[in-house]
Amino acid sequence: MDHSILMAVLLLSPFVGFLINGVRYKQATYKISGGIATAAIFISFICSVLLFSELVGLPVDQRKIHVKFFEWLNVDKFKVDAAFYVDQISAIMILIITGVGTLIHMFSTEYMHHDKGVTKYFAYLNLFVFNMLILVLGDSLLTMFVGWEGVGLCSYLLIGFWFTDKDKAAAGMKAFITNRVGDAAFLLGMFVLFSTFGTLNIQEINAMAPTVAETSWMGALTMGTMFLFVGATGKSAQIPLYVWLPDAMAGPTPVSALIHAATMVTAGIYMIVRLNPIFIMTPNTMLVIAIVGALTALMAASIGITQWDIKKVLAYSTVSQLGYMFLAVGVGAFGAGLFHLMTHAFFKALMFLGSGSVIHAMHEEQDIRKMGGLKKYMPITHWTFFLGWVAIIGIPPFAGFFSKDEILWMSFHSPMGHPVLWAIGALSAGMTAFYMTRLMCLTFWGKSRVPKTVHPHESPALMTIPLIVLAVLSVVGGWIGIPEVIGHTFGHIPNYLMEWLHPVLKPIPNLTEAEHSLEWGLMGASVGIASISAFIAYHFYVKSPEIPGKIANSIKPLYELVFKKYLVDELYFKTIINPLIELSRKVWFYVDVNFIDKITYVIADLIKGGGGVTRSLQTGNVQIYAMYIAIGLVVALSIIIIK
Amino acid sequence: MLLSTVILLPLVFAVFIAFWPQQRTLRHLALGFSLIEFLISLMILNEFDPGSARLQLVEKFTWIERFGIQYFVGIDGISLWLVLLTTFLTPIIILASWTSIDTKVKGFHSCLFLLQTAMIGTFLSMDAILFYVFWELSLIPMYFMVGIWGGARRIYATIKFFIFTMAGSVLMLVAIIYMMYLTQQATGVMSSSLLEFYKVKIPFVAGTFMNQQTLLFFAFSLAFAIKVPIWPVHTWLPDAHVEAPTPGSVILAGVMLKMGTYCFLRWVIPLFPDATEYWSWLFLSLGVIGIIYGALVAMIQPDIKKLVAYSSVSHMGYIILGLFVMNQYGITGAIYQMLNHGVSTGALFLLIGMIYERTHSREISKYGGLASVLPIFTIFFFIITLSSIAVPLTNGFIGEYLILLGTFKAAPVYAYFAVTGVVLGAAYMLWMFKRVFFGEKGELVKDDHHPLHDLNLREIVVMAPLLILVFWMGLLPNHFLNWTKSSVDHLVNNKNKYYLEIHENKVAKGSEYAN
Repeated sequence: MDHSILMAVLLLSPFVGFLINGVRYKQATYKISGGIATAAIFISFICSVLLFSELVGLPVDQRKIHVKFFEWLNVDKFKVDAAFYVDQISAIMILIITGVGTLIHMFSTEYMHHDKGVTKYFAYLNLFVFNMLILVLGDSLLTMFVGWEGVGLCSYLLIGFWFTDKDKAAAGMKAFITNRVGDAAFLLGMFVLFSTFGTLNIQEINAMAPTVAETSWMGALTMGTMFLFVGATGKSAQIPLYVWLPDAMAGPTPVSALIHAATMVTAGIYMIVRLNPIFIMTPNTMLVIAIVGALTALMAASIGITQWDIKKVLAYSTVSQLGYMFLAVGVGAFGAGLFHLMTHAFFKALMFLGSGSVIHAMHEEQDIRKMGGLKKYMPITHWTFFLGWVAIIGIPPFAGFFSKDEILWMSFHSPMGHPVLWAIGALSAGMTAFYMTRLMCLTFWGKSRVPKTVHPHESPALMTIPLIVLAVLSVVGGWIGIPEVIGHTFGHIPNYLMEWLHPVLKPIPNLTEAEHSLEWGLMGASVGIASISAFIAYHFYVKSPEIPGKIANSIKPLYELVFKKYLVDELYFKTIINPLIELSRKVWFYVDVNFIDKITYVIADLIKGGGGVTRSLQTGNVQIYAMYIAIGLVVALSIIIIK
Repeated sequence: MLLSTVILLPLVFAVFIAFWPQQRTLRHLALGFSLIEFLISLMILNEFDPGSARLQLVEKFTWIERFGIQYFVGIDGISLWLVLLTTFLTPIIILASWTSIDTKVKGFHSCLFLLQTAMIGTFLSMDAILFYVFWELSLIPMYFMVGIWGGARRIYATIKFFIFTMAGSVLMLVAIIYMMYLTQQATGVMSSSLLEFYKVKIPFVAGTFMNQQTLLFFAFSLAFAIKVPIWPVHTWLPDAHVEAPTPGSVILAGVMLKMGTYCFLRWVIPLFPDATEYWSWLFLSLGVIGIIYGALVAMIQPDIKKLVAYSSVSHMGYIILGLFVMNQYGITGAIYQMLNHGVSTGALFLLIGMIYERTHSREISKYGGLASVLPIFTIFFFIITLSSIAVPLTNGFIGEYLILLGTFKAAPVYAYFAVTGVVLGAAYMLWMFKRVFFGEKGELVKDDHHPLHDLNLREIVVMAPLLILVFWMGLLPNHFLNWTKSSVDHLVNNKNKYYLEIHENKVAKGSEYAN
C-alpha cells in the first residue's frame, strides 16, 4: 500500500475515533464507545505493523519512510511541514503506543463501564493516542511539540476526568502547568537550535550535528540540548518537575497505565534518543541528564517504600524507572534507554492495569493496608502481577532484567558514566525490589486484611486478557536485547534490538572493549542486591509484619520526611506559588490601583484646574473679548515689526 | 470605489437605522446590513494582489487643497486582515446582542455601524488628517456604548477611557501638524499624505529627547501605546471592559486595541526608523513587563471579565514585543496575534456575556461545577481557552510562537523573560477554568429549581465561526500569512528607508490618480 495512505490511516484513525465518540458524548453505551475506540487504535496498530514490516524490507541504510502532507508554517526562512517519518526508533514507539494502547482501551471498556462519562473518556483516550503518534512521528521539533503539548492536554483532561471532585481537577491543572514550565524550556531549546542550524527538521539537524564534542557550558548546542532536557523533565517527571505525576493518579487507572507509565511520560527519553547525534556531542548536558536521572531514580524509589496507596507506589516507581532511562541516555546508552522504555511499557502497564483490576475488585479501595491475601480471590491478576514484579525487580530471564542490567552496566562502563552513578543505580534497584516486593506482599500475599463488607472477585475476561498479553510480553520482551556477554555464553544469540537500532544511534566516543568478567561481576552484584532486598521485604511484610513499623518508629523523623515526599510540594508552594500570588495581589493593589490610577486622578484634576483658568477667560463679555483681540493684535504686530 | 464603499456603507446604515420606524425588524435589518458589509469586504480579497507589497485599491481625492489634505485610502497586506476582522466581527456582535441589549436598540445599532466606519477608516486612511478624524471618531460611539449600555460604574469607566485616549490623541495631533510642516520644508508643498511623510528624512540625535525625530516618535507612540494599551498606561482597559456591555467589550478587545498596534506598524516604525531602533529596548521591556504583569494581575482577579481584560494586557505585550524586534518572524507573528486576539478574546467576552445573561454575575467564586450543567458552553469555553493559552493547532500558538522566535533571534534576553508568559498564561486561565467549571456546584449553579440552560441555537451560531477560525488559523496559517508576506518583507527589508508605492493596475476608476 502507498506509504502516505498508511501513514494517514495510522494517524487519523484515532482522531476519527475521537470525533465519533466526541460527538456522541452524551450516550453512555460503554460497549459501543469502547468498541469504536479500541477498533480505532487497533487499526493504527495494524498500520504500525505494516509500516514496520515495510521498514524491515528496506535495505539497512535506507530504513526510513517519510511522508509530507502539506506545508504548515512558512515564514521567511522558517519552514515546517505537516510531515512525518518512521525510522528504526519511531517504529518501535508506534508499535508500543498502538499495541499497548489497544490492550488498555480494551481493558478500559470493562473498567469504565459504570461511568456516566464513558464515551467522553474514550474520546479523550483516542485523542491522546492521536497526539502521541504526532509526537513520535513528527519530522521536525515543532511537529513533535504539537504532539508534546497535545498529550499534555489530554493528560490534563483525563487526570481531571472526574472533575466534580475539586482535588482531581486540581491535579489535572497541576500537571498541565508543571508541564508548561518544561514546555517553555522546550520552546527556548527550539529557538536555540533554529538559530544554530537554521532548521527544526530532525533529520537535517541530526545530519548537521558536529563531529567534535562541544565542551563549553554556554555553547549554543549545549544550551539548546539543556533546554530540551528541561522540557523533558517536565513531560517525563524528573527532578525538579516530577511533582505532577504522583498527583496524576487521580485519573482513571487505565489512564495511568497508558499515559503515566507506558507512553506519554517516556516522551522525554524518546526525544533525546531521536536527537541522539546532537546530544552525544554535548557532554555537559549528558552529564546533567545522567545525574538528574540517577538522583530521580533514587529519590522516587525511596518515597515508593513508604507509600500506602497502591497507585502511588506504582507512580513513584514510574518516576524512578524513568530516572533509569535518563541515566541510560545520559551516559550515551541510547539503545539501553529505549530498551528499558519498551520493557517498562510492558511491565508497568501490566502492573497499573493489575492494580486497576484490584481496585475494581476492592470497590475503589486503593489502600494496601486494607488488602492482603488477594491471591486466592484473583488468581489471574495475581499471577500476571507476579510476572510484572519479577520483571521490574530484574530477575533473569524476565524483561526488566536485560534492560536494567544494560543500563547499570553502561553507567559503569561508558566513558560518560561513573562508578558512583552505577552505585546509585544499584541502590535504587535494591529499593525497587524492596518496595515492589512490599507491594506484592501487602496486596496479594499474607493474611487478608480486607474489610468484611468487601468481597473481592476476579475481573472479567475483557480485563484479564490484556493482563495476560502484557504478562507474556513482560517475560519475553527482554529477549530481543540479550547482551553480548550472555548471548555469547549461550551460543551466539544475537542482540536483535541493538542491531536494529545500530544505524540510527551514534556510538559513544572512546568506548573501550568490555571485560567479560567485570560485566558478569556487576550483573551478579545487581541481581544479588535485588534478590536480597526482595527477600528482606518478604520477610518484613509476610513473616514478621511488626518489624517495618518498629524500624519506621526508630527513625521517625527521616521516615516522616520520606513519607511526606521530602515536602517538595510544600516547598514549591512556600517558595514559588504563594509568593507569586502574594506578589500579584501587591502589584495590582499598589501599582494599578494606588499608583497609576492615582496619577491619572492628579492629571485629571490638573486638567480640570487648567480648564477652570480658561473657562474664566470666557466670560461672555464682549468688551473683554475685544480686549483679547486688541492684545493679540499688538503681540502679532510687534512680532512682525521686530522681525 | 471598493474601499470607500467598505468604509462609508456602515455610515449610511447607521443613518438609515436611526430613521427606521419599526422596532420589531430592527435587529434583522442590522444583521442583514452587517452581513452585506461583510460580503462586500470579502470582495477586497478578490481584487487584492497578495504578491505585491504596494498600496492597493487606492482612492484619492483632494479635500482641503491649501494644506494638501486629501481623502486618501488604500490597503496593503498589513491592513487587509484587520479590515476583514472588523467586518467579520460586526454581524457576530449584532447576533450576540440579540437579547442582551434591550434598551435604546436603535441607538445601539447606529453606534455600532458608526464605530465600524471609524475603525475601518482608521485602518485604511493614508492621509494623516483623514486618519485623525477616523481615529477620534471611533471614540464617540464607544463612549456612548459604555456610558449608556454599560454596568454600574460606567460613568467612571467612560471618563477614564476618554481622558486616557484624549491625552494621547492631542499630542498626536500636534505631531501630525508638525509632520505636515516638515513635509512642506522638505518638498515645498504642504501635504498630510502618509506617503509624502515617508519621504521626509527627520533629523535624529541618539541619546537625547530634544530632537525632532525622538519627540515625534514619542508623541505618536504615546497615543498608540494608550490605545494598545502598553503597560503602564493600561489601567483604563480593565475598567472599560468590566463596565462595557458585551458587544462593547468584543469590539474593544477585538478591534479597537488593534488600532494601536496597527498604527505602530503603519506610522511609528516606518516614519521614525532611527528612533524606533534606538528606543526599541524601551518598548521591548514594556512589552515583556506587560506580558508578565498582565498575567500576574489577571491571576488574582475575582471578576472573570477583569481577568480576561488583564489577559489582554498580557497578550498585547506579546504583540508589542513582536513589532519592536523588527524581523519577519516578530512582525508576522504580531500581525497574526492581532487577529488571534481579536478572535479568541472576542470569543471569550461573548461567552462571558452569555453566562452573564443567565446568572447576572461575573464573580468567579460564585461559580463552580458549570461543566456538569452546561456541557456545550464548557466545550466552547475550553476551546477558546486553549486558543488563548496558545496550544498548538490553535491560532494562538502560531502567533505566540513566531513572536517568541523573532524575539529570540533579535534579542534573546527578552525572549527568556517573555516565555514565562507561556507558563503564567496557562496558570491564570486554567485556574479560572477550574474554579468556574470544575468542582462542586457553586452558589449560582446549584439552584435546581431554576436550572441554567445550555447554549441555544442562536448562541451556537454566534460562536461557530469563531471556533472554526481558531482551528483554521492554527492548522493552515499559510492561508492567512501568504497575504501579508509581501508587505511584511517589504517593511523589514526597507525599514530605514521605507516607502510605499501605489499599485498601478489596481487603482480604482474615477479617482484622481487614475487620470
